[in-house]
Amino acid sequence: MDIVLIEKSILVVIIFAISLGIAAYSTYFERKFAGFFQDRVGPNNAGPFGILQPLADGAKLFTKEEFIPTNANTFLFILGPSLAMLTACMTSAVIPWGGTLEVAGRTISLQVADLSVGILYVFGVVSLGVYGIMIGGWSSNNKYSLLGAIRAASQNISYEIAMGLSIIALLMVASDGTLSISNIVNFQINNYWLIVYQPLGFLIFMICSFAETNRTPFDLPECEAELVGGYHTEYSSMKLGLYLFAEYVNMFISSAVMATLYFGGYDVPFLADFEASLGHNLVTILGTLFFFGKIMLFIFFFMWVRWTIPRFRYDQLMKLGWQVLIPLSIINIVLTGLVLTFVK
Amino acid sequence: MQSLSGRKKNVVNKKMTIGEKLYLPAIIGGMFVTLKHFFGKSKTVKYPEVKRNFSENYRGLHVLKKDDTGAERCTACGLCALSCPAEAITMTAAERTKEDKGLYREEKYAAVYEINMLRCIFCGLCEEACPKQAIFLTSEEIAPANYDRGDFIFGKDKLVEKQHHPVGKIRGGGPYSKEHYHQHGKNKSIF
Repeated sequence: MDIVLIEKSILVVIIFAISLGIAAYSTYFERKFAGFFQDRVGPNNAGPFGILQPLADGAKLFTKEEFIPTNANTFLFILGPSLAMLTACMTSAVIPWGGTLEVAGRTISLQVADLSVGILYVFGVVSLGVYGIMIGGWSSNNKYSLLGAIRAASQNISYEIAMGLSIIALLMVASDGTLSISNIVNFQINNYWLIVYQPLGFLIFMICSFAETNRTPFDLPECEAELVGGYHTEYSSMKLGLYLFAEYVNMFISSAVMATLYFGGYDVPFLADFEASLGHNLVTILGTLFFFGKIMLFIFFFMWVRWTIPRFRYDQLMKLGWQVLIPLSIINIVLTGLVLTFVK
Repeated sequence: MQSLSGRKKNVVNKKMTIGEKLYLPAIIGGMFVTLKHFFGKSKTVKYPEVKRNFSENYRGLHVLKKDDTGAERCTACGLCALSCPAEAITMTAAERTKEDKGLYREEKYAAVYEINMLRCIFCGLCEEACPKQAIFLTSEEIAPANYDRGDFIFGKDKLVEKQHHPVGKIRGGGPYSKEHYHQHGKNKSIF
C-alpha cells in the first residue's frame, strides 16, 4: 500500500511539473507562432531564439506591484485566481498518460487514478473552473470584470451541454458500462480510433473545447475591444499571471482529453507488434511520447485557430451553442444509436 | 456610373448557400491562408542588429560639408535660414583669422550654426538654397531621441562632418548612398 502511494506521488509530481512546463512554454510558442503567422519573428531577445522568454515573463509578473482594489472583496479576490489554477491542474489526474511500466517486478500504471467515473470527473472539474472566473470577476467590483465573468459563466454552461451530449454518443460506441477513460483508450487500442466512429462528435467536442478554454474565437470573457480586460481587468502581478497561466494549462489538458478520447491516447498503430523486440517498457515510453506528440499537434491547432479566426459576436456565440451544436449533438446520438442497432 | 479604375464592385445582398452557411469550408480556407504565412518568410528587419539602407533621395539629418582640403564650405550667407519654412536654422557669422585659414574655405564663416531639430520638417529647401554646397540632408543618423528640448538644438559640434568626403559624389555614390553601403558592407541589404 505504501509503495503504491510513493509511486503515485512521484507520478503526480512529474505530471504536475510537465503540465506547468508545457503551459509555460505554450506562452512562448504562442507568441512565436503568432509572429510566424503574421510574417514576423516573435520574441527573440531573451536567450537564443528567445527561449528564456517564459522565465522573463514570470520574473516580470512576480515582481510587479500587487494591487487589490479598495472596494473589492479581498478574500474572494485572492480566491479567484487560486481556484482557476487549482481546477486547471486537477483534471490531469484521470488521464492515462501511457501504458504500464515494469520496474523491479512491479507493474506501474501511468495513470494517477483510474476512476470508474473518469469522464464525469473531467466534466465536474472543468465546470468548477468557471467559478474561478466568476468569483474573480464578481469580487473585483468592476462592471467590466462582472460582464466578463457573466459571459464566461453563460458561455461555459451553454457549451458544456453540447460537449456532454457528444460524449454520450462516444460512450455508446466505446463504453463497457463505466465512464473510465482507460477503458475508452483500451477500446481504441483493440479497434480503430474513435475519430473514425465519431467524426461529427469530435467536431462538436472540439468546438466546445475551444469555448470551454475561452480561446479565440470564443474568448469573449476577456474580449479587450469591449470589456477592457474582461474578468481580470483589476488583476495585476502574479494573480493575473495565474489567470493567464490557467488558460494555457486548460489548453494543454483539453488537448490531452481530445487526444485521449478521439485519437487513441497513447495508442500507436502497430507499435504493439514490436513489443517482443523492443521490450515492454520501451514500447510504453514510446507510446507516451507519441501521446505527447498528439497533444502538441492539438496545442498547435489551438494556436493556429487563434491567429486565423476572428472573435464571435455574443449573440452569434449563443446561437451557435444552443441552435446549432446542441441539436447537432442530439442528431449525432440518434444516428449513432441507429447505426449501432441496425448495422452491428 | 462607369468605373474608371475597373475595380468597382457592386454590393449584392444574396442569400448564402448551404455550403456557405456551414462556414467550415471558409474557415478551412482561412486556416490554409494563415498556414501559408506560417511557413513564409518573415518580413521583419531585426532593427538594432540589421539596418535598412536609406533610399537614394532619403533626407536625413543635416551635415555641414568640408571641401577637398578639409575646410568648411559654409560662408554663413544665411540663405538656408531664409529658405527654411520652419524657421529652424540660425547662425552667427564671423571673419576668418590668418591662423584659421585651413579651417574655413572663405573669409567669412559661421561661428555658430544651429538647427532646431524640433522645428525642422526635413523638406530639404536649405540644401537647395545653399550656393556653396555646404549643407546636405544626408546623415546616416536616424531617430534622435533626447530627454531635454535643449538637446534638440544641434550646433556645429553635431552638424559638421567628421571625415572628409569628396563633395562631387554626394548624391548617388556619396558616403551615405546605397552604393557606399554595398561596397563597404556596412549593412546587410534587404532589397
